[in-house]
Amino acid sequence: MGPLAIELHDIVKRFPGVVANDGVDLTVRRGTIHAIVGENGAGKSTLMKTLYGAHRPDEGTIVVDGTERTFRSPSDAIHAGIGMVFQHFMLADNFTVWENIVLGDEPGSPLRLDVHGARRRIAALGEQYGLDLDPDELVAELGVGEKQRVEILKVLFRHAKILILDEPTAVLVPHEVDELFGSLRELTADGATVIFISHKLDEVLAHADAITVIRAGHTVGEIDDPRSVSAHQLAEMMVGSELPSPETREKTVRDDVLLEVRDLTIEAGAVSPMAAGALPAAITQGEVMGDAAPVVTVAGGHRPLDGVSFSVRAGEIVGIAGVEGNGQAELIEAIMGLRDATGTVLVDDKDLRGVSTLERRLCGLGYIPEDRQRDGMVLTMPLWENVLLGHQGGPPFVRSGMINRSSAKDRCGRIVEEFDVRTPGIDVNAFTLSGGNQQKLIVGREMTADPRVLVAAHPTRGVDVGAQAVIWDILRDARAGGLATVLVSADLEELIGLSDRLLVMLRGRVVAELDPSNLTPSELGSYMTGAQQDPAGAAP
Amino acid sequence: MNRRLVGGLAAPALAAAVAIAVSSIALLIAGESPVTTFREMWKTIDSTQSVTFIVNNAVPYYVAGVAVAIGFKMNLFNIGAAGQYQLGALLAAAAGAAVTLPAPVHVAFVMAVAVVVGAAYAAIAGILKVWRGVNEVISTIMLNYIAIGIAAFLLAEPLRNDSSGNLAQTRSLPASARLPDLNGVFETLGFDFPSGVVLQGFLPFAIALGIGYHLLLNRSRFGFNLRVSGANPAAARTSGVNPKRMVLTTIILSGAIAGLIGMAPLLTEEFSYGDQFPKSLGFTGLALALLGRNHPVGIAGAALVWATIERATQRLSTLGIPQEIGVILQGSFLLAAVIAYEVVRRRTEAAEARAAAERTPDVPMTEVAAAGAETGGRAP
Amino acid sequence: MTVPLMPTVTAPRQRRVAVSSRRLTLLAMIAAAVVMSAARLISDNDNLTSEGTFGVMVRTAAPIALAGLAGLFAERSGTVNIGLEGMMIAGTIFAGWWGWEWGPWAAIAGGVVGGIFGGLLHALATVTFGVNHIVSGFAINIIAPGVARFMAGLLFVDENGTGLEGGSISNSPGLASPIGRFTVPLMSGGDLFGWTTPDPLRWIEDTGWFVLADVAGLLKGLTTDISLDIILAAAVFVASVYVLWRTAFGLRLRSAGERPSAADSLGVPVLRYRYYGMIISGGLAGFGGAVMVLFANRYQENQVGGRGFLGLATLVVGNWRPGGVAAGAGLFGYFQGITLRTNPDQLVLALLVVGALALGVAAVYAAVRQQWVPAIVVAVIGAACFYLYLRTERPNNQFVYITPYLVTLIVVSVRGQALRPPAQAGLPWRKGMQV
Repeated sequence: MGPLAIELHDIVKRFPGVVANDGVDLTVRRGTIHAIVGENGAGKSTLMKTLYGAHRPDEGTIVVDGTERTFRSPSDAIHAGIGMVFQHFMLADNFTVWENIVLGDEPGSPLRLDVHGARRRIAALGEQYGLDLDPDELVAELGVGEKQRVEILKVLFRHAKILILDEPTAVLVPHEVDELFGSLRELTADGATVIFISHKLDEVLAHADAITVIRAGHTVGEIDDPRSVSAHQLAEMMVGSELPSPETREKTVRDDVLLEVRDLTIEAGAVSPMAAGALPAAITQGEVMGDAAPVVTVAGGHRPLDGVSFSVRAGEIVGIAGVEGNGQAELIEAIMGLRDATGTVLVDDKDLRGVSTLERRLCGLGYIPEDRQRDGMVLTMPLWENVLLGHQGGPPFVRSGMINRSSAKDRCGRIVEEFDVRTPGIDVNAFTLSGGNQQKLIVGREMTADPRVLVAAHPTRGVDVGAQAVIWDILRDARAGGLATVLVSADLEELIGLSDRLLVMLRGRVVAELDPSNLTPSELGSYMTGAQQDPAGAAP
Repeated sequence: MNRRLVGGLAAPALAAAVAIAVSSIALLIAGESPVTTFREMWKTIDSTQSVTFIVNNAVPYYVAGVAVAIGFKMNLFNIGAAGQYQLGALLAAAAGAAVTLPAPVHVAFVMAVAVVVGAAYAAIAGILKVWRGVNEVISTIMLNYIAIGIAAFLLAEPLRNDSSGNLAQTRSLPASARLPDLNGVFETLGFDFPSGVVLQGFLPFAIALGIGYHLLLNRSRFGFNLRVSGANPAAARTSGVNPKRMVLTTIILSGAIAGLIGMAPLLTEEFSYGDQFPKSLGFTGLALALLGRNHPVGIAGAALVWATIERATQRLSTLGIPQEIGVILQGSFLLAAVIAYEVVRRRTEAAEARAAAERTPDVPMTEVAAAGAETGGRAP
Repeated sequence: MTVPLMPTVTAPRQRRVAVSSRRLTLLAMIAAAVVMSAARLISDNDNLTSEGTFGVMVRTAAPIALAGLAGLFAERSGTVNIGLEGMMIAGTIFAGWWGWEWGPWAAIAGGVVGGIFGGLLHALATVTFGVNHIVSGFAINIIAPGVARFMAGLLFVDENGTGLEGGSISNSPGLASPIGRFTVPLMSGGDLFGWTTPDPLRWIEDTGWFVLADVAGLLKGLTTDISLDIILAAAVFVASVYVLWRTAFGLRLRSAGERPSAADSLGVPVLRYRYYGMIISGGLAGFGGAVMVLFANRYQENQVGGRGFLGLATLVVGNWRPGGVAAGAGLFGYFQGITLRTNPDQLVLALLVVGALALGVAAVYAAVRQQWVPAIVVAVIGAACFYLYLRTERPNNQFVYITPYLVTLIVVSVRGQALRPPAQAGLPWRKGMQV
């Protein structure tokens, strides 16, 4: 059917505590557009890093154009004709387009950079493949789609014959997507090979010549004729043929609404306050002599949060499902008061407009952050001081501005005991604990503060199975006791196993409300990836 | 706890060794014997007079170190301590000489003026930072020079003591504004002071400042927020700390304490502000805060070491040994220490990442965490 | 080490420059010429724009400009160089030493060598060990004067403590010979093959015509009796622009400061280039020190006097470009030069007129862009300046002294968003970091 450009056999890659790739196979034919799909954590990015030389696999072989290769660095991969187009662009904003492209491979002599030659070649490449760009424009002035073109030109400039694109359409608007695939088609027509990673099943089906599906570190499907599958079948392969079954348990949902969110919206292009107006970082970065430009998070031009409304009752766990980057993080930040949003948030009928984060905690809002090491604790502080974090607003730990050490230490001891935190003592620094124990500490910290509403983001991410089971039990017990919980997670077992109701978020909106006990994997996967939007695709 | 103390002293000890080595090389180049030099230095400091001198000098150094350390704890560089204390001392001296008050109140008044001036001047940098995002390094450096200009301007005309002759200085503080010395107290404890040797009276204030600094940092909510903001800005913000308020308050507090730096020389020795007033105390404070790792006792140790080196090298020139060896000792000690601290920090970071990873069994983790594990436990 | 939050994607920055920055610069230059000339006429002070004043400006500005360029190379490659002061001091002691032994050009070489020592030390601490850049820089500033004094004691003073040939622990003996000076022929009356050429610029300046005389004064000041080291410095500036923007070396150097991870992903050895940047930075700072030594004809303690920090200020005012640094240094040199002229008081008064007029122009500019509040505020301050001019008899020099620092502070506060420092300057970088 055509010569093979890439063959990956049995790739295994391990990190401390993780097996990211567990025997992955990949076969890509030359001159094709090949898609790799899988959900978060399946191992796609790790696999691609192996392919472009960022690291070496622990086991397995890489064959490029029929020859087996070892890549010690990205330079080796570049020499083999492989070019990587990153999802998070590796571009210097203050450089022009041509400067970014030629860096490291500059034409001309050591004393004289051949600027004209570079510009000419870039313009020629751009014209040939529909990647029009002004070589002299500053990258900072470019739109997202244009920046991506720069990345593609970077690899083409270095004579790449095999291009890898990581989530290329994640940040593009529809017409940019069409332009991109147009360019990619031109490239394959010229004999290049394109591999791209994506979640967006409708795009994959529309543009890929072949598809490989990866789940939990394995290859679970290789599709040579995309026309023969539907989006739903694909989603099912991604998510697994069987969804974990929710445990039969009694309904503990009560009548009173403890959390109500109405019309929560964040405008596109809004500055993330977590970066602008942030506290000075340990290393003064870039702003030593000038000013820190505010960071803007944009996702393809739509609003990060778009009129989200829902409510949670006492004794209920509402799960929020969705591919990462579709507004879940923004939703949590808005509820916690870490981000400005229009709309209303009511906790126990109290309007939180204008209420500071610290005060929201005092109003009964508990928070388990997604990234515990970054947002949830200070690793270099002892456990009992970490217990104060988020709760230093008032009693019992703080009275008239002074910290009540004994109450903090007592509470810490109680948490360690009740929540099974394995630690030699409460005076040790937090970094000595394993991930699971750190998370148990955080969960315990929030629970013992007697919250009315709990916002839990990926509560068992990076946690060992034992600790995970403990945390799930804690959440279930709290639910039985009347706690209202918002649960954001990428772990379907967690979501389906714990939630009373499931909301799916896509592009800043809630697009579906589903019953976990009555759910098929293809249905869930379709809503999460937007395949359901395709009018031609009917529910099975 | 003991292990931490020993571990904590390892880096400075190593740095001291490097400093001595570097200075020895310099001495050898100069044709002097390091052994002789260090012996002479020891002889110099081995007297009550020397110890008194050292303590007297260490006191303003300590205040400077604490002032800067408060900022450092939050990753704020208050390089402007120099300008803040100069203006504070000038205006406090002038104000103090212009009023008549009973003795303890007069002293308190002078100190209060210095504190307010220091805080206000620091507030300029703080406001620029939170309102316009101006980094405090460049703004405080500029403000330092502007302060020198303002001080020179004020000293030249409005606040000048006309009877001081060629020296420009403010009017002398009356006796009610001068701090008594501590000789009496220590003599009852059995110390013997040779004539002319005076243990200056600002020491108790410095000690009180140190205690206050410790209590603020470790017992108060503000201190907790400060430490968290410095160690992990993201966690601080998530826990509810208001970044702008935090930054502003910290800079102002640092400036307020900086105002006190000049009070030790002013109230015990100089009694007026003029051209002869010590000018480099602010920068010494920076060095000491770094050496002492912003710790109330560490800074004290660093201040004493600094003052000891100065005293020990004072007599060297009469012996034909270059006196600058003192500055070389100090400077190389500082540089070696900050390098050593950084190396130690990286080692412990790596160890902590390994330790935490080892305790987590092999489970498929999500990609974010996987990528984080790649870069040593930090999310990219 | 906490890595601060990084953006996932950045949206396009607003294209806010309606007028191209080149045109803006041209307009600013014309406005400056008009303002200076008008001020000269109003205050009846020819010295405001005379060749003499501008000549002093050049001599005063040169070390500051070199310090600024040194800072530029450092920051462009990713390291903040607070230790410029210390490196300049290192330059002065070496320049004083070598210049005394072997003459002016050896002085320059010595200065560069001394500065490079400082640069290497800073690079070792920050690039290899990852020490915070500010901390390391300050440590160097603390060590350098001590080392200089120490060396002076060894070199310029004999065993008995008496100075050699007029040297002492705080100054070197005079240099073996002064450096040559040069005046441009045919424009400023320099010599051409022994024949003194006519001096048309002097003629124009003497006419006192509006704007033309002032520009002539400026040009003549820039081209008359310029010592060769300053001409070398000017050449270095020009070369810097070429190296940084037209060679592969310069591109990689800048990438180490803008986006080291991108450079690393393309095979550029980032840490090595940061070392190069620091070495060049140290060398330039040392050259700046040598310039001062050549001017004073000897090394003197406390010679540098804050010029290292002023160099950093020119970086900010000059938006991290060599041309801007030179212009900023010129501005600062002008102010400092004023205080060195005979009869500085009159000049300071004239400066008040300059200030008033400049603020007036700024007010008009703001009004044209419909920024009414800033326009009114600026206009009021301008009027206050003029009022001060009319009422003051004996102005205070201190005001002029602090002007460079005040200007920098204002520029940083006002232009915050428009400034373009190298994106990753100040961030210690290690392999594997994704910044």
